[in-house]
Amino acid sequence: MAVRAEPLALYLHWPFCRFKCPYCDFNVHIRAAVDEARWVRAFAAAMTRAAEELPGRALGSIYFGGGTPSLMAPETLGAILDAAFATWPADAPVEVTLEANPGPAEAARFAGFRAAGVTRLSLGVQALDDDALRFLGRDHDRAQAIRAIEAGQQAFEQVSFDLIYARPGQEPEAWRRELREALSLARDHLSLYQLTIERGTAFAAQVRRKAWSPPPEDTAAAQFEIAQEETAAAGLPAYEISNHAREGARSRHNFVYWRYGDYLGLGPGAHGRFIPAGDAAGVRVATVARRKPEAWLEAVEAGGIGEEERVTLSATERAEECLMLGLRLAEGVPEARLRAASGQGFDAALDPAGLARLRDGGFVTFQDGVLAATPEGRQRLDAVLGALLA
Amino acid sequence: MTDLAHIRNFAIIAHIDHGKSTLADRLIQVCGGLTTRELREQVLDSMDIERERGITIKAQTVRLAYTAKNGETYQINLMDTPGHVDFSYEVSRSLAACEGALLIVDASQGVEAQTLANAYLAIDAGLEIIPVLNKIDLPAAEPDRVRREIEEVIGIDASDAISVSAKTGEGIAEVLEALIHRLPPPKGEADQPLRALLIDSWYDTYLGVVTLLRVDEGVLQKGMKIRLMATNARYDVDEVGVFTPKKTPVASLGPGEIGYLTCGIKHVADTQIGDTVTEDRRRAEKPLPGFRPSLPVVFCGLFPVDAAAFEDLRESLQKLALNDSSFVFEAETSAALGFGFRCGFLGLLHLEIVQERLSREFDLDLIATAPSVIYKVHMTDGSMVEMHNPADMPDPVKIEGMEEPWIRATILVPAEYLGAILTLCEDRRGEQIDLTWAGDRAMAQYRLPLNEVVYDFYDRLKSASRGYASFDYQIEDYRPGNLVKLSIMVNGEPVDALAMIVPRNKAEGRGRALCERLKELIPRQLFKIAIQAAIGGKVVARETLSALRKDVTAKCYGGDISRKRKLLEAQKRGKKRMRQFGQVEIPQSAFLEALKLNDS
Repeated sequence: MAVRAEPLALYLHWPFCRFKCPYCDFNVHIRAAVDEARWVRAFAAAMTRAAEELPGRALGSIYFGGGTPSLMAPETLGAILDAAFATWPADAPVEVTLEANPGPAEAARFAGFRAAGVTRLSLGVQALDDDALRFLGRDHDRAQAIRAIEAGQQAFEQVSFDLIYARPGQEPEAWRRELREALSLARDHLSLYQLTIERGTAFAAQVRRKAWSPPPEDTAAAQFEIAQEETAAAGLPAYEISNHAREGARSRHNFVYWRYGDYLGLGPGAHGRFIPAGDAAGVRVATVARRKPEAWLEAVEAGGIGEEERVTLSATERAEECLMLGLRLAEGVPEARLRAASGQGFDAALDPAGLARLRDGGFVTFQDGVLAATPEGRQRLDAVLGALLA
Repeated sequence: MTDLAHIRNFAIIAHIDHGKSTLADRLIQVCGGLTTRELREQVLDSMDIERERGITIKAQTVRLAYTAKNGETYQINLMDTPGHVDFSYEVSRSLAACEGALLIVDASQGVEAQTLANAYLAIDAGLEIIPVLNKIDLPAAEPDRVRREIEEVIGIDASDAISVSAKTGEGIAEVLEALIHRLPPPKGEADQPLRALLIDSWYDTYLGVVTLLRVDEGVLQKGMKIRLMATNARYDVDEVGVFTPKKTPVASLGPGEIGYLTCGIKHVADTQIGDTVTEDRRRAEKPLPGFRPSLPVVFCGLFPVDAAAFEDLRESLQKLALNDSSFVFEAETSAALGFGFRCGFLGLLHLEIVQERLSREFDLDLIATAPSVIYKVHMTDGSMVEMHNPADMPDPVKIEGMEEPWIRATILVPAEYLGAILTLCEDRRGEQIDLTWAGDRAMAQYRLPLNEVVYDFYDRLKSASRGYASFDYQIEDYRPGNLVKLSIMVNGEPVDALAMIVPRNKAEGRGRALCERLKELIPRQLFKIAIQAAIGGKVVARETLSALRKDVTAKCYGGDISRKRKLLEAQKRGKKRMRQFGQVEIPQSAFLEALKLNDS
């Protein structure tokens, strides 16, 4: 099957942070001490067992996410990578991404991470303004962020960094200035995220008690539009809703998500989507690992892979996911991909009246068997999907 | 059968909360109708809503045996009447079954609008009225002031009004004696053909329809074949009895007596209040006077918030109608709200009670369209149609003219709030008939179009007077009105549920307000939305809801995917509750909210 021939993406979740950021709803835990050797053994064991369902697959990318994976020792990361390559062969150079904080402690270890096999660094810069960084609860400042970007660019082939916009009180033109500075620092990749108030976060509680409010839709929209203009002008146009890159510098790993390829998620709270070997029907499953670090470790040490839930996705669910993810990309969704993923074509998955209205309104295009959202459509993708899906 | 000289029939009339039911309970208790243990608080109001709101909806009677100070025992029949103008015809029939009435006035509150309306009904019915000042145990009681008020406002002699406290029992003995000595006994010949007044009826799960009646002439017996003179239906009497207040079968009911009969009637709708019951073999020549079928005057659409509850709603309405023949309904379809029912009510309170019972007793989540009155539409071809649904408005070019019902409203209000109340009445096209004073309270009488009152007049009245104004009305007549149908359009398509009949000079303002409110309520969409108010083809107000500018999840990686998909699926399910207007789908909830806030 075509899907299985594609390289496998491996996501590894390192669930530890030094502190919790007020906007973050990821699976993050704070521990005084982490027995890294024990984690290496657990990841290696989990990989060996997971490989039984994914035999003979070639690795295309590995992504260390978190949490703050840059808190682990480079040797730890190296040992986990070694285990991955021992489990799955790699036909071609593998993209290995590490998420990192721009603090000085991490920057000092960049060379070590590079030596251990990391090819791509993703820095959580978040803002280039000290007040904003304090508001976002970060422990680095602007100067450290800039130094970390420069140090990263020296150490790694590819460096991306994240910024968060639509912060309270942030004027669109102030965002433009900040973004221009970011573009002058960025080499080839930037992730620009609108501040989202996630349930269960400190920000959600603050907003609920009206300590502050996120900017209105029109302001956020203006900032989104500025991001499109400025990144395009700088040669790093949007290839996904929030991701901007020079041609050839796009994140290979994240493309697997958006093109609805197979990815295995290991580590506490990690999610995966793949077609297990031996499933004759070739039906994709969605997996979720146990969230609590100790619970995951114990499950793996007891002979498992730490999985808490596995759901076989229905054809409709697969079609929804395929479209919902694929339309985030400027390139759109070819009908062949939808069919391979769900057995359905556009005619079955889409509401024809909705599609017609969206095409007439300039929100989507449908050409040569590819359905794509226009820039206008991507900016309103949630509403577009609501109108589009049957 | 009791001889006429030893029967007294009386009604109790009062404003809400002036203590009618407590007094009735006390009379029952003193006469030994129930032991204290059996005496539930306010026995007479058996429905929960009646008890909570202090409103009697169904007429009820109790036969009591009272041994007076003169040593003789009397049969006294206490009639508890519906106390609201919506039921004024029902009240008038209850009163027609009595020779006298206790007019209860709260000694701390004074005369209220309903006291007045009910007192006039009693006076019109030729009843002997005994004023009773209740709650004299309260520190705020001012019996002298209230006595003066009764004389000034109602115009009856209150010099021998009895001061009582239904709560403590003070004065109850005097009330009972006054009933014997001040009220006339009933008249009527036992050997005449049977004529009995049908006062009310209700549905009993075990007995079928129970009919409350008062015998005027002749004798009603078990086993008798009877005929209802208005409907011409014949029945065999299964049982005759009285309430003491326990239901107690008796052999017969003679002239002047009040009791019930059961005779295998299946539906309350087959019994009409005010009808005359006669014997089939020996029919009375003429029915008792005053009968008229009771007809709804206020209409609205009721829709289930959850479309799946439509059948539940139908079943619940049927159950309600079992016991309430004045309430009518028929299925209706709205493009904006889906399937529902067009319902007719005797008045605003009736509407409110039915809605409340539906939500409380039947657990239904409902939305009501703006209430409408019955308009008489005169067509250019000389015909006339009655219309109560704006959706049925004929083509304006074929309309010669329209008439709308007007009411006479009586409002009693403390002086400090009078200004606000007069302004409200003027705003609602009111015409002042009279303005008089009783102490520091004003009594304003206004003619008002019913259509101006059905929206939120009562709420406005209460808020403008901090709850102190009391209000009552009666329908007077139809008058020509310069009326138009105001339509609301979304992207050029009419929203039927929001259409209304309004005076031409108010149409623009109402339309503008509704458009503005809808603009707030409708979520932004991918396409801009035109919200318009129109009279006929002419747009009088317009709002544009600009298109959605940004609506996208910033991040979508690993774990976000399932969550995002679930949101999307919820969104898809929500589409089923959307209504398509041109390019946009609008959630039903926006229309529901607009209706909730109507006319603010």
